[in-house]
Amino acid sequence: MSAADPDPHLRDPRLPDPRLESFRKAQQFAYACAEAVAAELRPGMTEREAAKKMATWAADHGVREWFHAPFAWFGDRTAFRGPIAWRVFGGFNPAFFPGLRRIEEGMAFILDCAPVVDGAVADIGYSGALGHNPVVEQLLDDLEAHRSLIVAELNQGRTMAEVSRAVDALCRRQGVEPRHKAYPYGVLAHRVEMLEGAPSPFAVARFGLRGVTELLREVRAGRREGWSPFWSSAESSDHAPVPGLWAVEPHLGFRDVGAKFEELMVIGPDGKAQWLDDDLPHVRRWQARRDLAKAA
Amino acid sequence: MTESFRIASDEVTLSGRVTGKADGPSVVLIHGYPDDSTVWDGVVADLAADHRVITYDVRGAGVSTAPQGVRGYHLDRLMADLATVLDHAAPSGKVHLVGHDWGSIQGWQAVVDPRTRHRIASYTALGAPSLDIAFATLRERLKHDRLAAVPAALNQLMRSWYILAFQLPFLAPALWRGGVARLWPRILQRLEGIAAEARPGQMRDGINGVNLYRANFRERMIGPKPQTVDVPVQLLVATGDPFAAPATFDGLAKWVPNLTREEIAAGHWLPLTEPGLLAGRIRRFVARVEGGRDDGSFRHGRRLAAGRTAGAGPLAGRQALVTGAGSGIGRATAIALAERGVDVIATDIDLEAAERTATLVRLVGVEAVAQRCDVGRLAEMEALASWVDAERGPVDIVVNNAGIGLAGSFLDTSDADWRRLLEINVLGVIHGARLFGQRMAERKSGGHIVNVASAAAYMPARGLSAYAATKAAVLMMSTCLRAELAEAGIGVTAVCPGIIDTGITDRTRFVGVSEDEQARKRKAASRLYARRALTAETVAARIVASIEGNNPVARVGLEAVLGDALGRLSPALMRRLAKADLMPK
Repeated sequence: MSAADPDPHLRDPRLPDPRLESFRKAQQFAYACAEAVAAELRPGMTEREAAKKMATWAADHGVREWFHAPFAWFGDRTAFRGPIAWRVFGGFNPAFFPGLRRIEEGMAFILDCAPVVDGAVADIGYSGALGHNPVVEQLLDDLEAHRSLIVAELNQGRTMAEVSRAVDALCRRQGVEPRHKAYPYGVLAHRVEMLEGAPSPFAVARFGLRGVTELLREVRAGRREGWSPFWSSAESSDHAPVPGLWAVEPHLGFRDVGAKFEELMVIGPDGKAQWLDDDLPHVRRWQARRDLAKAA
Repeated sequence: MTESFRIASDEVTLSGRVTGKADGPSVVLIHGYPDDSTVWDGVVADLAADHRVITYDVRGAGVSTAPQGVRGYHLDRLMADLATVLDHAAPSGKVHLVGHDWGSIQGWQAVVDPRTRHRIASYTALGAPSLDIAFATLRERLKHDRLAAVPAALNQLMRSWYILAFQLPFLAPALWRGGVARLWPRILQRLEGIAAEARPGQMRDGINGVNLYRANFRERMIGPKPQTVDVPVQLLVATGDPFAAPATFDGLAKWVPNLTREEIAAGHWLPLTEPGLLAGRIRRFVARVEGGRDDGSFRHGRRLAAGRTAGAGPLAGRQALVTGAGSGIGRATAIALAERGVDVIATDIDLEAAERTATLVRLVGVEAVAQRCDVGRLAEMEALASWVDAERGPVDIVVNNAGIGLAGSFLDTSDADWRRLLEINVLGVIHGARLFGQRMAERKSGGHIVNVASAAAYMPARGLSAYAATKAAVLMMSTCLRAELAEAGIGVTAVCPGIIDTGITDRTRFVGVSEDEQARKRKAASRLYARRALTAETVAARIVASIEGNNPVARVGLEAVLGDALGRLSPALMRRLAKADLMPK
């Protein structure tokens, strides 16, 4: 699939499309996995243990392949400052991987997993705190404006880089840092695809072989056609919205705490964008807080 | 009315007087060592207008008689004396107690002693801590912090050398006899600049009072028995006290839940050097305890008392006002100060932006409020200052940061452009420094004024004539102001950042070009500033360091440092460089 030849199944995301439905299911599954493990977090648990728990939970529920194996970050590592933000190998940095940091009461966490369910890739990010952390709460609140901004800006005909820069500008107004700049290639979002055929157990540095191959294929195609599967503020993203599915992951940081969401966005062949699914934990949280404020 | 009394208390006869307004609130003033009750004369003259003021000579001092032996000076006897004085001079109701130096040590005892504590409505302490609490705190610190507690302990030990010397037999009395008594007025003059007359009783007070130390220190040092103090306490800390380091009073809020603290840039003998200020503080506190309004100064005092704990740093519990706090250097400075425990008043012309900064500051864990203010308008700044007085109390640090950018040729810069720029970049800083500087000077608590200038203040460049001129004005004004306010203990820092990626370029006005051209130039300038990648956080960190180190100028960024050096080495080369057109195309 490419910009020139959009996937016919994605022509109108509002129509019940069996493939979009499988992405929605995969995404629900991935969030269920993160929520299940988040509920099991206890003081003293390490990032590796949490990541392992996600992998086990998903495997128990039939997952055989990952776009990337689960990640978990605790405490100041959620802010992606220091070694974790060093841009070696284009951002693929060993400090990224789950480590031996132990979670404590009040500490922020981010769980990030990308299972392949029936060929559909979901890539999600789930943020929270063990107990209460006011900074995490604030950042989760702040993310709401980003979710609406990204869709609104795209639908106003901005280039993808301009939308990413609008996210940067909103961060500046909010006084938080766009920490997704520390991701590989500093991406706000990246493409995900349907992986046809049998699942493959092979992985390179926690990234599934088939997912990586697919991305590389898109990098080549994008180079030919003038677009990039890695959506960032850089000039390589200065192009019109490219139809397909994007895993969008704004990651905000304030001092030594970070929070993100990651979810799938559909861009139709007409370039119109919308979120694949609104029934997600962070969206439900905002709704609940609005209801609460209204009741008060 | 004035009434003298002589009353018997155990083996001694105490001499004192009651003066002032018969139906006013009763205030008892206890003097320290080596003074007698006349040390309060200036304070009494002021307070007597609306208070019933009780003073007396502590046993062994002034015209009170002295007990036999060291044991007669034990705190237990001193408390019995105070109870006797209260029974005689204020037989009903409660009194407001004030203690200086040894009188303060007695006061701390009186607020926990079963014979006196129910008679005390409030306590104002100056110049000395509670021996029990001070020694207990010291022991706790040595136990928990070990080596880290040593510098503070040594600092206080250096100031308390005389306490150790007083434990030696013969030495101190011999010195008093040998000439210290005669030289005492000159010693006061040298130490604190006090012009005092020689008192005939000075030698007797000096010699007898040594027994206060001998009778009490060892016991309290070995077995301190700290107790929670229930009455409201006002602690006045003289920052220049040669005998009690301000750190001696840190961590006190743990034992005194209702504690308000104020620091005064003065020496040990506040009753002699600042009688008017002291009377004012006592009057305000008495009024508050008697049912008056809880104004901003007490709120600030309580925050300061709570913030002053061991290891909290010199800025903890203080209050800062930052202008232009809605973005860039202002917001970063507000957050950096908050990280040092400073409460923040964030002002900006954009209230929503200021409120966002206040939200972020609160997340750091201190108090913050936001106010809208156009610094260029005097009326708005005056209203802000009055609001702060009433609601937030004294400002210890003011950061005059609000400023705007303007670029383009001098001949294209209109009168209106100039006026707006001068109003915000120059008058805004002047209003802030003047209004809050005045308040700092009046309060005599010291403080710090930070004025944000720019490296453009000393680096000429074509196209920056207006902006650079305003920043040069700020730099020079700050330097002069620093010289002027130094004696009041108020520091002034001018900050000269280089190219900082703050978003100022998104709002800079480029004169003499079309709207489209202006938008393009803004973008180009922002890209250049982003590429330099020097952040507002870097500047904020330097501002905080400059406040702590009281630095005159903070140049931030290599270009700011090199520009300064080049301007000194070769002004001619600097002028030639100014001709280069560096404006973004």
